[in-house]
Amino acid sequence: MIYLSIFFAFFVPNIIGYGGGPAIIPLIEAEVVGRFGWMTASEFAETLAIGNALPSPIATKMAGQIGYDIGGITGAFVALFATVAPSLILMLAALGLIYKFKDSPRVKRMSSWVRPVITVLMGLLVMSFLGESIDAAGVYHTGILAVIAAVALLYFKVHPALVVVSSLAYGALLLG
Amino acid sequence: MIPLIHDEVVKRRSWMSDEEFSDVLAIANTLPGPIATKLPGYVGYRVAGAPGCLVSVLAITIPMIIAMVLLLGVFSMYRDIAWIQGMAMGVIPVVMVMMAQLTWDFFQKSYGSLGWIPSLLLIAISTVLIYGLSIHPAFLILALLCAAVAVPSRGFTSLFGRKKL
Repeated sequence: MIYLSIFFAFFVPNIIGYGGGPAIIPLIEAEVVGRFGWMTASEFAETLAIGNALPSPIATKMAGQIGYDIGGITGAFVALFATVAPSLILMLAALGLIYKFKDSPRVKRMSSWVRPVITVLMGLLVMSFLGESIDAAGVYHTGILAVIAAVALLYFKVHPALVVVSSLAYGALLLG
Repeated sequence: MIPLIHDEVVKRRSWMSDEEFSDVLAIANTLPGPIATKLPGYVGYRVAGAPGCLVSVLAITIPMIIAMVLLLGVFSMYRDIAWIQGMAMGVIPVVMVMMAQLTWDFFQKSYGSLGWIPSLLLIAISTVLIYGLSIHPAFLILALLCAAVAVPSRGFTSLFGRKKL
């Protein structure tokens, strides 16, 4: 039952991913690349790149695209449902209760205790992208692109979409 | 994205007050999953019930999912062409930098809320469990969530978490 797998591949990351959309990315990678093997780390990186270049929330774009890739239009809707519904239903059903405990130290520290784990998952994803890139494009191109991207994004605050498009052009001209 | 939703919901259409909006945002932040769908989903539900909820979630997600499916579809159709493969290679270092930036953000937030020693300790333990022992991150996160709720707040705050005066 492929749709059930798709559901769990997105349900699990979204129900434990504290810290909004970005926190969910490495957890989705753990499912679709690590556990189910639906795509390689490079394919995941490409999807993430296109996702970052487009507006609107990243977690739902990744879910829609990967769900579509694995299970067609139904797959896309199953993945989207698994991403959006659980925490939204929780919020609608238990709003009053959550509101009461909003300032409780135990509830507040839930996200802060999980954050270091998410940090580690993100760091491991960086290492995996680095390995993939060195294998595919070599050390020099990887180094040049990473340095230029870092300067453009962090120092000059260039829009991510522009940086992604420029790297596509660099790749088409110099790595093809 | 959140400021834009705020503009629409509070200022242009006055569906809720400023205060209500920030309360809903705070609650959305204490729950897992993406914020940018929980918030519109809730606002849609408040304004027009379950159909409103569905409409706002679809409105915020579907257009860009279609754009993405089309872009990547064209991309994989021409995957055999050398310069298209070059494009795929060129983009990975950029995603790596973006992910490194997010890693740094989360690291800063970690020691901002927990302090240096507990966050470095948790990072070291997580690295050993996830990378060294290949334990699925979900189990580790679930264990931490249970601990966060179960452990009495007083005894542990002195050790875990910065005292606010």
